[in-house]
Amino acid sequence: MSFLEYAPAPESTSILNLKSEYGLFIDGEFVDGSGEVFDTISPATEEVIARIAQADASDVDRAVAAARRAYDRTWSRMSGSDRGKYLFRIARLVQERSRELAVAESLDNGKPIRETRDVDVPLVAAWFFYYAGWADKLEYAGLGPNPRSLGVAAQVIPWNFPLLMLAWKIAPALAAGNTVVIKPAETTSLTAMLFAEILQQADLPAGVVNIVTGPGSTGQALVTHDDVNKVAFTGSTGVGRMIARQVAGSSKKLTLELGGKAANIVFDDAAIDQAVEGIVNGIFFNQGHVCCAGSRLLVQENVHDEVVDKLKYRLSTLRLGDPLDKNTDIGAINSAAQLERIRTLSDTGENEGAERWQLDCTIPEKGFWFRPTIFTRVSAAHTIAREEIFGPVLSVLTFRTPDEAIAKANNTPYGLSAGIWTEKASRMLAVADRLRAGVVWANTFNKFDPASPFGGYKESGYGREGGRQGLAAYLESAGWEAPAAIMASAASATTAASGGRKKTTKKAVAK
Amino acid sequence: MTIDHPVALAPAERAVRLLGGDLTEKALALHLDGLAGVDAVGLEQRAAGLATRSIKTSSKAWALDTIMRTCDLTTLEGADTPGKVRSLVAKAVTPDASDPTTPRVAAVCVYGDMVPYAVEALGSLHGDPDAGLVSVAAVATAFPSGRASLDIKLADTSEAVAAGADEIDMVIDRGAFLSGRYGLVFDQIVAVKEACRRPDGTYAHLKVILETGELVTYDNVKRASWLAILAGADFIKTSTGKVSPAATLPVTLLMLEVIRDWHRLTGEKVGMKPAGGIRASKDAVRYLVTVAETVGEEWLTPHLWRFGASSLVNDVLLQRQKLRTGHYSGPDYVTVD
Repeated sequence: MSFLEYAPAPESTSILNLKSEYGLFIDGEFVDGSGEVFDTISPATEEVIARIAQADASDVDRAVAAARRAYDRTWSRMSGSDRGKYLFRIARLVQERSRELAVAESLDNGKPIRETRDVDVPLVAAWFFYYAGWADKLEYAGLGPNPRSLGVAAQVIPWNFPLLMLAWKIAPALAAGNTVVIKPAETTSLTAMLFAEILQQADLPAGVVNIVTGPGSTGQALVTHDDVNKVAFTGSTGVGRMIARQVAGSSKKLTLELGGKAANIVFDDAAIDQAVEGIVNGIFFNQGHVCCAGSRLLVQENVHDEVVDKLKYRLSTLRLGDPLDKNTDIGAINSAAQLERIRTLSDTGENEGAERWQLDCTIPEKGFWFRPTIFTRVSAAHTIAREEIFGPVLSVLTFRTPDEAIAKANNTPYGLSAGIWTEKASRMLAVADRLRAGVVWANTFNKFDPASPFGGYKESGYGREGGRQGLAAYLESAGWEAPAAIMASAASATTAASGGRKKTTKKAVAK
Repeated sequence: MTIDHPVALAPAERAVRLLGGDLTEKALALHLDGLAGVDAVGLEQRAAGLATRSIKTSSKAWALDTIMRTCDLTTLEGADTPGKVRSLVAKAVTPDASDPTTPRVAAVCVYGDMVPYAVEALGSLHGDPDAGLVSVAAVATAFPSGRASLDIKLADTSEAVAAGADEIDMVIDRGAFLSGRYGLVFDQIVAVKEACRRPDGTYAHLKVILETGELVTYDNVKRASWLAILAGADFIKTSTGKVSPAATLPVTLLMLEVIRDWHRLTGEKVGMKPAGGIRASKDAVRYLVTVAETVGEEWLTPHLWRFGASSLVNDVLLQRQKLRTGHYSGPDYVTVD
């Protein structure tokens, strides 16, 4: 037998207690939607998991009205320490139900259970714990005296990290004293509904968090609603641009966290084996459905062959298949539409002259799957080096000097994240300083910490999530701009999130 | 870079080819210091990731048998006696009398002066572990400190080989290594390897112990692994078991990466042996996963992979009994030695 094939080790779904149909969550209750009910399916098997309600404009009205009532009567009057207690309670309930949430997320999204179990759900709890701690300390967050909440926040989140993005949005909003109407992505509403159950368990006052499900039109009704004070969106640059236009001229405060085409720069003095791990984590984590994914690998020319060779060898041990199997590394693509987009862009890459290499593995018969793919001989002019693919597809480019690496890294309409691999600390800092990206990881990649601000430059959006900066996005008159962060693997911690870099980032964040 | 027909070359010549010049202390240092660094956080994260593999049912059964087949059942006490060694051999040959399907261990590992007793006790069962027989491994070269003159180290080695040891576990001179005298370490390994030669021209297998707990940094471990392989080690081994920390998963992963790189460079297969501190089957399975996903599962044979262990075997036996009967038994259902 082959040991490497590992006998199946599927996580049991028996822990789940799913309903066949989920309504909207408005004013603390599950209610029917006015629109047509739709199916949510498992991307790995295409089987229907549950039916989800669709909210139309009248439902959104009800949800915003509930949020307004809760804001006026309860939440904005509550002391920070009391708000904190609710957030702590939510965090603990997330931990208590972590296995259930992890299984549901894998089932609904298609991502491997080892990621939902070890990354998504623990981070969700961490985000609530972190912002719970801030709720009674807003005056001490360095955001000016007496920061005030904004009111009702309209939030629209994507399908790549359904539960985590929900936490990124809800936790700081509530800590800052706002109430929320949130719309999860159409294909991944399930865990938001489980989260609504948690809110009921936590006895969160009715209307503080409302969840409306449905397609883009639901989201549009929400962000254009007259009675919301704040709009927060994470998703594609195209939709973000549309929202920015719609919100323009209103008094609504807006944060956008959009696409990315991150450069992951490997210098010849890097710890190569660990860099290879970082490259794998950078682009194949969550099937590459990561806005800050390291999709452009910039390798110093003299180590290009070695790095690519080791990368391919390493990829040969990746296991693609059942997301609920504890040994699965690569799960399913979230939807047929996304799979099509990945296919089209990959074909374009090949047609434009890049060399395609794909992992030789068995693809399950049902579901949406794409083999981990590496393109070499990619040049900066190629479509696959410019457009966000949002899939397990890596484009490898080369450079010869640090200046060239920086120029190439910055040569993108995006600016969400970047990575640097070098054993030389002086080079690491010098290069990080010149990269126009919201987050720069050094000798690590795709590390998220609630204390570290996250957000982009240019077409990657504006505003910051996470950290004290994430609070500022939900508070009035902060007059304070959010700096970028450098995360170094040595401590996996933010080293430059404080005022020291204010000047550089102010310029870059200005829109 | 590839080397032509490396197997045909003696270690020193092979090293010369690889270094592309004279085999000087300086050339060696330039080469070793020029190796890519090791990022400790990244290495440990990778090891932690490998440790999350979930090995169940048929894979687990296979893994347990593989652990048995690749164990060096070890006694390295100052108080060792011929009687103790005979007990060890009995256990090596019949690990679990209640289950004749239990594989034998690869070797018994003893001090040099105990080799004759081990050989005698094994009798006709002494031989190649791939053929289901049991080898005799001897620690030599002033184990565990390595603090003796080269003459004594060589005598220690050749005596054990003459007494019938199939494998020699030598320790490197950590003092020389840490003070940058790579050439001295290299020469000693070459000399010990030569002392492993038998009158008929064959060699006892040489396992080179780096004592990674004393080298401390991962960069040092990487250099020492590379150095030992250049000098002709058949196996590289983490620890004597007398120094803490002994084998760890990150160190083993790092050494396997060196072995993998060497194999891709030269086509040669060097073996790996983590030793000390691995007591639970669950941990041992993680090592197997690391081997399979780093160098490939063809390394999971007694010729290329060993566990240096004394108490691991009993845990494997308990786990095998659990798989067979469906319930756990107690420590009294396996023998103490």
